[in-house]
Amino acid sequence: MDDAILNALLVMASIGVAAAVILYFVAQKFKVIEDPKIDLVDEALPGANCGGCGYAGCRAFAEGMVKAGTMEGFFCPVGGNDLMKDIGPILGLVPEDKKPQIAVLLCNGSIKNSIPKFDYDGDQTCSFTTNLTAGVGGCSFGCLGGGECVDACNFDAMYMDPETNLPVVKFNCVACNACVEACPRDILELRNRGPKEKRIFVACVNKEKGPLSKLNCNVSCIGCKACVKVCKFDAIDVNNFLAYINYEACTLCRKCVEVCPTDAIHEINFKPRKPKPPKVDKPKVAAKPKAEKQAEAVVADLTKDLPKAEAEVEVKAEVKAEVKAEVKAEVKVEAKVEVKPAEATATEGEEVKSEN
Amino acid sequence: MGLLTFKMGGIHPPESKLSAKSAIEEVVLPKQAVVPLSQHLGVPAKVQVKRGELVKVGQLLAKGEAFISADIHSPVSGKVAKIEPRVDSTGFRKESVVIDVDGDEWDESIDTSTDIVKEIKLDQKEIVERIHRMGVVGMGGATFPSHVKYMVPDGKTVEYLIINGVECEPYLTSDHQLMLEKGEELIIGITIMMKALKVDKTIIGIENNKPDAIENLKNIAKNYQGITIEALKVQYPQGGEKQLIDALLGREVPSGKLPLEVGCVVNNVGTAYAIYEAVQKNKPLIERIVTVTGKTVGKPSNYKVRIGTPITELLEKANCDMEGTGKVINGGPMMGKALVLLNVPVTKGTSGVLLLEKAEAKRMPVLNCIRCSKCTDVCPMGLEPHLLSIIARQAENERCEEEQIMDCIECGSCVYTCPSGRPLLDNIRLGKSNVGFMIRNRSRK
Repeated sequence: MDDAILNALLVMASIGVAAAVILYFVAQKFKVIEDPKIDLVDEALPGANCGGCGYAGCRAFAEGMVKAGTMEGFFCPVGGNDLMKDIGPILGLVPEDKKPQIAVLLCNGSIKNSIPKFDYDGDQTCSFTTNLTAGVGGCSFGCLGGGECVDACNFDAMYMDPETNLPVVKFNCVACNACVEACPRDILELRNRGPKEKRIFVACVNKEKGPLSKLNCNVSCIGCKACVKVCKFDAIDVNNFLAYINYEACTLCRKCVEVCPTDAIHEINFKPRKPKPPKVDKPKVAAKPKAEKQAEAVVADLTKDLPKAEAEVEVKAEVKAEVKAEVKAEVKVEAKVEVKPAEATATEGEEVKSEN
Repeated sequence: MGLLTFKMGGIHPPESKLSAKSAIEEVVLPKQAVVPLSQHLGVPAKVQVKRGELVKVGQLLAKGEAFISADIHSPVSGKVAKIEPRVDSTGFRKESVVIDVDGDEWDESIDTSTDIVKEIKLDQKEIVERIHRMGVVGMGGATFPSHVKYMVPDGKTVEYLIINGVECEPYLTSDHQLMLEKGEELIIGITIMMKALKVDKTIIGIENNKPDAIENLKNIAKNYQGITIEALKVQYPQGGEKQLIDALLGREVPSGKLPLEVGCVVNNVGTAYAIYEAVQKNKPLIERIVTVTGKTVGKPSNYKVRIGTPITELLEKANCDMEGTGKVINGGPMMGKALVLLNVPVTKGTSGVLLLEKAEAKRMPVLNCIRCSKCTDVCPMGLEPHLLSIIARQAENERCEEEQIMDCIECGSCVYTCPSGRPLLDNIRLGKSNVGFMIRNRSRK
């Protein structure tokens, strides 16, 4: 009996040793040499696998970047510039600075602006309805309100506003391009976030002649070119009766917003305009630090022109959420300012992040 | 017993032919006619008139220059008021010619008498050319330009001409009434088609719920050679050309191929009548028969309507109760699409206007699929609608193509039979458009 156990053990051990030797040589022979940098870069990446960089996932992006040996044309929209600066030293390269972007809805055909002309009780998927009908408002270019972009968003950065039946992009948008690709009518666009999240854009994609587009929507671009005439920076083009503002050339001077006869041009995150006599002496303001001055001015303006501000906000779906958030943040800042004025600059920088 | 029908699937919805036996009435000319330039499958026609020009009835308004396209003629006489995009039945704007109607002056070349012309003077090529120039399209609803069917490519032979008098859609009666009132003209139209195709055998398929039409055509066809009339069992969607060929000849058209593959050309009775008028009377396709029907219609009737007449005028004439109406459908209840606006014009493809009551118009609440396989049983193309619906929803386009989604004829039998009220056809249409897009992209490369 003892022999049998011993024999079995010996046989098993010898098979094990033989297999180990074979495996060792096979492993040597078919070794896959992978750049260790790929693992390092992959670890640094957020791991969202959203595809916003144009690659199948974070690993593929890391592989592509390491193999290419350059960071030109590689950008992770989720991590942004900070992440690219972290990855730079791993590869021994200096990344190019890219302006942060955000998805912008180029349509304002809310229920109020583009009044529904019939009830639609069929399938709500945008890519289905876009072929079936022009849309309940009658505009064959504008938002259908089916929410396919919201479904496509991996970052919980979009929601449907039930009041307007339009999607709203939140601050935490990473510009991964998923919603832009999901939209069958090409209404969403990635645009630069702009300094302090200030943006100006034409919220319309209707390529019909003015009178025809106005039949369906009160706030459509009619291609009147008033904005082109007033723009000193050649930032606006009108093609097919539709104006488009080039966000690289735009200097955010807001002149086009004032002249637009249909309110198709939107400004976002700007301070509300002051009432007509703009010169109001505020001797105290000069002494205070810059951030505090701004905060107070915004709060004062918002409270003073509340009806006007609200009227403007109603039209602009996206502004609405953001302005409200701004008011909260500013109030917070002011409260802190009272205790320690020196901290104000720091809190202002963080305010955008804290909202999210 | 022993009536012919197609083998696979099919349903039998309530027939509800409310407007049966009501004679064809003419509608008063509208004040303004809107004639869209794209009333047919294929490339839109190119406009030939200018704003302010005076046009006569039957004058060419737009020319179909591409191979799959059709000419469009003026249905009224008057002045061209505008050439601009106008809303069509789906809500999209399509380029249209708007004519302010003034009198009713016909073009001299058109024979406006009601005499029946029996003798066919034109030869085969001239007939096809005439069909092309008179803008005749398939009147069954698909509006495929007819002349294309008569240009048989080399190497293909046509054995049978099949005439579709099935009218399997519930409610609609325009073809039925046409077969009763214009039987003689229709049969002459068929002989013209036979001459154009060089065939000597024609079968007219008519469903058994129209015995008077079958008898009428049988009596007339006695005097003509090669035309037989076949009574068919009532079964939807027998009017689909593939189903009709299966029912009459027992031949199966291969997937993705035309009926020509099995030696058949299928045309509607409405098309036969239009071809008669085009060839014998030199009259372009400027009017058609439209059924206005439904439970809220005071007087369900069949109207002879000029193309471009707003549908609101028909509804007014038929004494419709618009308060109780939930939906107005362009076409029949199975394949028609709901109108988004009522003042859209009648086009070459408008076979009927159906009004649904508010209660009828509501969709069933969507429940989960219980895998009862009823949709698979009734699918006349042998597809699996429940599966296609799910994979189309998930945008698995390659798999959709493997499962032959493009064979779907969109008859709506699956939705009709689904006990869970699932929007199967909506999803399949989505899948079809995705797969179609994929195939077009592939062929471009």
